[in-house]
Amino acid sequence: MSTTPVSSKAIGQSGLGKSRSEIDRELKAIIADVLGIDADDADAFTPDTGLFGHLPELDSMAVAGLLTEMEDRLDIVIEDDDLDGEMLETYGGLLTFAETKIIEG
Amino acid sequence: MIGTWQAPQSDGTISEELLVSFDAECEHRILILPAWFDEANKLRRLTVEVMRRLEGAEIDSFLPDLPGCNESTAPLEQQTLPGWRLAAEAAAQRFQATHVLTIRAGALVAPAPLPGWRYAQQTGAKLLRGMIRARIIAAREDGREETSDKLMDTGRSEGLTLAGWPIGAEMFRELEHAETIASETRQEIAQSDLGGSGLWLRAEPDFDAKQADALAALVTERLRAEA
Repeated sequence: MSTTPVSSKAIGQSGLGKSRSEIDRELKAIIADVLGIDADDADAFTPDTGLFGHLPELDSMAVAGLLTEMEDRLDIVIEDDDLDGEMLETYGGLLTFAETKIIEG
Repeated sequence: MIGTWQAPQSDGTISEELLVSFDAECEHRILILPAWFDEANKLRRLTVEVMRRLEGAEIDSFLPDLPGCNESTAPLEQQTLPGWRLAAEAAAQRFQATHVLTIRAGALVAPAPLPGWRYAQQTGAKLLRGMIRARIIAAREDGREETSDKLMDTGRSEGLTLAGWPIGAEMFRELEHAETIASETRQEIAQSDLGGSGLWLRAEPDFDAKQADALAALVTERLRAEA
């Protein structure tokens, strides 16, 4: 997949222009921080990797922290209505959600 | 060393609370005001490890429980921010603190005159938002529907138990608007200054010796520069 390169400044300021791979990388980094695992291990996550309800350490408080960190680092706002099971169940669901939110701006 | 201290409460009574201290009657004496609620557990080891490192640098430090926190037998739901500020000020006087190091929301109750450091400070609103979100997620898992707006209303009028922490209505209303005031004598320490990710983010309590080294080094360096 090819994307138009954007400067890091533009990414940081507007959240626009983030490619799927950039969002993927940032989201894996956030999950690695929450789970206390190496970035390399998080890299092995696939769209089917189970999250909430599959990883015992990922309880509601940890998920809440993860979402707050996503808001800060991806420059998005997550509403109550966004919190459905599908979005939190797998890595792929969370990634799609993050992409949608960034596009919505 | 582990002991106790006499914490004053808003109603005029005294509550005996746990105190972890490293006191060798050194010139520099730091009051530590730790993170709150769930974050308190996740950052406890980092906090105490920083104190050990400060001891090695001949800096005294004092980590008092505030009423309702940690091992306290005082009911958390009866605590208020002014009550915690009162206790923090009393602790500063009792231990003759020369500086204060606050961690996360601990910054919200730091005694005004003391110089020091604020590590990864957090506003009350953000603290509540995270805990409310956790409650909504847990409720959905149980098949119940809760909303932020309704929970906020309940919290303001009756108080609310969030992630297992019973927060009284008064504390809840105070937290909504609680922010730290910019201070020329308190240095901000961001997570990026320590390296790695904030340990409060971790799903399980964890520890990172490098972060404890970095935080203690920042404190020590500034005290040496002041001397």
